[in-house]
Amino acid sequence: MSAIEAPEPPLRLTPTGWTLLGLAGAAILLLLASLTGVIGKGNPLDTVFIDPFRQMKDAPDLLVQTVWEGLVSGVLYALIALGFVLIFKASGVFNFAQGIMVVFAGLTLVGFYEMGVPAFLALILTLGVMFLLAVSVERVVLRPLVNQPDIILFMATFGITYVLIGLGELVFGGNPKQMIADQLMLPKGSIEFPFAGGFVALQKIDIAAALIAALMIAALAFFFQKTRIGRALRAVADSHKAALSVGISLNQIWVIVWFTAGIVALVTGIMWGARSDVSFALQIIALKALPVLILGGFTSVPGAIVGGLIIGIGEKLGEFYWGPLVGGGIESWLAYFIALAFLLFRPQGLFGEKLIERI
Amino acid sequence: MRAPGSDKGQMAGDVLLAVDDVSLSFGGVKAITDVSFDIRKGEIRAIIGPNGAGKTSMLNVINGFYHPQHGRITFKGETRQRMRPHVAASQGIARTFQNVALFKGMSTLDNIMAGRTLKMDGSFFWQLFRHGPAMREEIEHRKVVEEIIDFLEIQAIRKTPVGKLPYGLQKRVELGRALAMEPDLLLLDEPMAGMNLEEKEDMSRFILDVNNQFGTTVALIEHDMGVVMDLSDRVVVLEYGRKIADGTPDEVKRNQAVIDAYLGVPH
Repeated sequence: MSAIEAPEPPLRLTPTGWTLLGLAGAAILLLLASLTGVIGKGNPLDTVFIDPFRQMKDAPDLLVQTVWEGLVSGVLYALIALGFVLIFKASGVFNFAQGIMVVFAGLTLVGFYEMGVPAFLALILTLGVMFLLAVSVERVVLRPLVNQPDIILFMATFGITYVLIGLGELVFGGNPKQMIADQLMLPKGSIEFPFAGGFVALQKIDIAAALIAALMIAALAFFFQKTRIGRALRAVADSHKAALSVGISLNQIWVIVWFTAGIVALVTGIMWGARSDVSFALQIIALKALPVLILGGFTSVPGAIVGGLIIGIGEKLGEFYWGPLVGGGIESWLAYFIALAFLLFRPQGLFGEKLIERI
Repeated sequence: MRAPGSDKGQMAGDVLLAVDDVSLSFGGVKAITDVSFDIRKGEIRAIIGPNGAGKTSMLNVINGFYHPQHGRITFKGETRQRMRPHVAASQGIARTFQNVALFKGMSTLDNIMAGRTLKMDGSFFWQLFRHGPAMREEIEHRKVVEEIIDFLEIQAIRKTPVGKLPYGLQKRVELGRALAMEPDLLLLDEPMAGMNLEEKEDMSRFILDVNNQFGTTVALIEHDMGVVMDLSDRVVVLEYGRKIADGTPDEVKRNQAVIDAYLGVPH
C-alpha cells in the first residue's frame, strides 16, 4: 500500500477555543503584572488596558452615569433596529428606508401640530399617514416585485428613501423642527440622586423612552411569536410561492408589517426628536442600526434589543474611558468595530438563525 | 375531513375543473398552446409528457401563479379568464411543488398548521391575547393537523425544523400542508421525483388513500410511467405545449403519437 498524503487542513479564520483561552490568559497576565507593579502607571499597556478600569473603580458614580446614558441610546438603537428586523423577517429585505421613515413620521407629527391640530389628534392622524404609506408601498413597490430577487427589493427601498426625502422637504421644508414633547405629556427635567459619593442624574424623558420601548418590544415579540399572523409572517419570509399556495395573502401581510414598522418609526421619531430635534440628519443615526443588526442577527427581535444595548453601552464606555487616548470622537466608528469583532465569533449574530441547508 | 368510504365510481363523472383553449407564452416562447382538458370529481388525473412539455406551467395556470393569454378555466362551475393564487386556495385548490417549497425555518407542525391559515378566522383581537375563541380555535385546528401527521406517519418529526429533514420526508410534509387545507382538488407536481423505490411506494399509498378515504380529486405530474399507469384513472399527454393524447392509461399507452413523443420518430 502506498502512503496517501493527507490533505492539508483548510485554513480556519474563525477563532477557536484556543484563541479564547489565549485572550483570557493574556488578560490574567496583564492583571497580575499590574498588581505586582511590573507595569507601572504611564506604561502604554497600563494606559490602554488597566487605567480605564482603575478610573471606573475610583469614580463609580461616573461609571453609572455613563452606563445609563449608553443604556438609553442603546434602547433607541434597539427601536430603530426593530423596525429593520420586522421588515427583514417578513420579506427578507433590508429596508434602507427605515431611517427616513423615522424622520418622516416625526415631521408629519410636528407638521400636523403646527397646522393647529391638537397634539393627540395629530398623533392619531400621523398613524393614519403611516398606514397610508404602508398601503402605497405595498401597492406601488412590493406588489409588482413579487418573487424578484432580494437585491431588487433592497434597491427599491433606496427608491422609497429618496421619495420620502423629497416628499418630506416639499411638504415640511428642510429646517429642523422642535418635537412637541410637552404637548404629548412626555416628562421633562431630571431626577438626581446621590450615589457612592457623587451624583447621578437621570433625564425623565430617557426613563420614559426606556419604558415605552420596553413595552413596545414586548408587545411586538408576543405578536409575532404567538399569533396566526405571526406564523403567516414567518411563512412569507421563508417562501413566497408556498405562502401563496396555502392562501396566505402576501399583500395583507406586507401592509401589516410595513404599518408596524411605521409605528415603530413614529415612536422612535418622537423619542429621538425629544432629545434633540426632528431633522433629516436623524436618518444617519438609523445607520447605527446596522452594527446592532449584525450583532443581534437580522431575524431576531430579542437580538435587536440586546444588540442595541451592547452597542449603546459599549459606545459610551468606549468614548468616555478610551476615547481620550486617541483624542476622542471614537463614538462614530466604535459601533462598527464592536460588530466586526462579534462577526468573527458568531457570523449569524447573537440570536440569528443558523441557516441549515442540505446540499 | 369528509366522510370516508364515499363511493368513488359514483362520484366520478361531474367535471370539477375544466381548462378550455388555454395558451400561455413568455415573450416569444410558447409554453402552452390551445390546451383543453377536464378533471372529474373524485378521479386521479395524470399529466405526463417529456421535459419542457408545459406540465408545470399547466399546474401554475390552474392555481393562478401564471395568467394565460387565452382561454378559460372553469372550477366548480365558475368560469374565469385567470385564477389568482389566493382565490384558488380559498376555493379549495391545494398544491405541492416540483422543488419542495416548504417554510424551512419552521417545524413540521408549524408548516402543516400554515395550511390551516384560510380555515382560521378568529378575530385579531383575541389572537393577540391567545385566549378565549382564539385559543379554542388553535386547539381545534391542532387536532386536525395531528390527524394528518398520524395519517402520513410523520409523528417522529413533528418538532423538527423541516430544513433538516431528508428530501423524501420534506415531500411528505409538503403533502401534509396541502392536505391541511382540506382541498377539493389536490395538485401534485412530481410527488415522487428523486425518491427511492420504498419511498415511492409509500407516497403512492398516501395518494391512493387520500383519494379513496377523503374523496379528494388529484391531478399529478409524474415521470415514473409505472406509477402513472397504476395510480391514475385518466391521463393527459402534453408535448411542446400541445395536447397529443387524452384517455385511460391503456388508451394512452397504445397511442402512436405518445409512443413517438417518448421514443422519437425515425426521420
